[in-house]
Amino acid sequence: MKQGLFEIMENRPLTCDVMQIRLKGDCSAIKRPGQFVDIKIEGLFLRRPLSVCDCEDGVITLVYKVLGSGTEKLSKIPSGSLDLLTGLGNGFDPSLSGERPLLIAGGLGFTPLYILAKTLIKEGKRPSVILGFNSAEEVIYEDQFKALGAEVTVCTADGSYGVKGFVTEAMKGRDYSYFYTCGPESMYRPVYDCAKSDGEFSFEARMGCGFGACMGCSCKTLTGCKRICKDGPVMKKEEILWEA
Amino acid sequence: MGSMTVNLCGIELDNPVIPASGTFGYGYEYAELYDINELGTFSFKGTTKEPRFGNPTPRIAECTAGMINAVGLQNPGVDQVISEELPKLAKCFHKPVMANVSGFSVADYAYTCERLDKQEQVGWLEVNVSCPNVHGGGMSFGTCPEAAAEVTAAVKKVAAKPVIIKLSPNVTDIVSIAKACEDAGADGISLINTMLGMRINLKTRRPVIANTMGGFSGPAIFPVALRMVYQVAHAVKIPVVGMGGVSSAEDVIEMMLAGATAVEVGAANLVNPYICRDIIRDLPEVMEKYRINNLKEIIGGAK
Repeated sequence: MKQGLFEIMENRPLTCDVMQIRLKGDCSAIKRPGQFVDIKIEGLFLRRPLSVCDCEDGVITLVYKVLGSGTEKLSKIPSGSLDLLTGLGNGFDPSLSGERPLLIAGGLGFTPLYILAKTLIKEGKRPSVILGFNSAEEVIYEDQFKALGAEVTVCTADGSYGVKGFVTEAMKGRDYSYFYTCGPESMYRPVYDCAKSDGEFSFEARMGCGFGACMGCSCKTLTGCKRICKDGPVMKKEEILWEA
Repeated sequence: MGSMTVNLCGIELDNPVIPASGTFGYGYEYAELYDINELGTFSFKGTTKEPRFGNPTPRIAECTAGMINAVGLQNPGVDQVISEELPKLAKCFHKPVMANVSGFSVADYAYTCERLDKQEQVGWLEVNVSCPNVHGGGMSFGTCPEAAAEVTAAVKKVAAKPVIIKLSPNVTDIVSIAKACEDAGADGISLINTMLGMRINLKTRRPVIANTMGGFSGPAIFPVALRMVYQVAHAVKIPVVGMGGVSSAEDVIEMMLAGATAVEVGAANLVNPYICRDIIRDLPEVMEKYRINNLKEIIGGAK
């Protein structure tokens, strides 16, 4: 983990409520895809955690949906610098991917999977990506994933674009060596039940500190209590404890 | 440079800055960031007799100039703290540490304190009779002078090390509780724990915190904490450790002027993990600005 000031290169809308921010600074603490940063936003007490979507040449890209007061305030900062904690969380383990990993994203869950896909492709793996959205107007980052060289399937719940249905629809009949998934928690049990291989899930939580000190985001797993911010956010399929 | 040392219940501290329990784990997370031996000491995560998972999540809520937490004393239990956490801490912290203890009965408190008292690394026992996030324990001992005195006496009976009782602000008369603890043999008083608070999500119309209420902390509570430290410090003869919203070297000095011998820093650690180190580094300059040569001399100096 490192604390540092990052310069805002851009902070612009991608859709009506999704923003992309690019930040320049010391990225040396970011070691693995699936890690996150914690941003200090003027006027708010607690930092706000966001998954790293991309990190290259000292520039971090984050994609976020304007949902609450934190993201609302962040969306209105056009320029200047931001205080970030970087290199938080365990991240995905790309070494377990095998040759043909499957990346399953629900909504904005594609963000950590983008940098993961990039990492896997650099390592010579051939990832397939499923991007799930509610409807056509929400679809983003399809072209960016394709530009990496990944095989991409988009599905929409209402069928207005791509495959009609949830991501599990697009998982059927596929062969893959391992899977990585990130999305709303409601998606995880169906993905777990549908999955034919081992894999990893990235969890989200309301955090206090983001670096393992406050126990604000603890969860129970089959391998004991874990802090989503420090021991996660990525959990292996075999350690997840499904509560009734 | 002026002197920053203070004496807390017979143990000399290099400076009065102490990260507060629950915001600093068992120390080693922060030791990855800076040399935690720069601290006066720190108070480790509230420890109970049995392991506890704590409350359901969400446990955290944002507030204006602060936050609410309802962690609920998650900790691995005193046995594991002694067998695993303290040995890990020994590798990165070489000063006496403050052992924060909570319980659900007088016997629980005594049991856990007796175990921790025997650990060489432990300098003080900070007995938390003020946790707002657990039912049937914690704060219920700290809201009535007789119960607080009973816990104090039971712990004093089994502990050789200084016993500091950590008080709750969620009471009508904190002075009477502090005095009851002093009369029962407490070596020091620390205050304040968090204030009971609540937030509601306007979209869902449900409390933000799964446990409905939680402990409010952060800069917003500093004036309340300062007032209570002032009241208690003027009423008891034993040392007072002040805390509540402290986030700068100026706040530390203000707390000491109110009567605090040492000062704990809580919520601010979660926002800036380097805050305690920064406060310690800022103190000499701020002391010079206010013409303070020796921090010890300003304790209770506000007339």
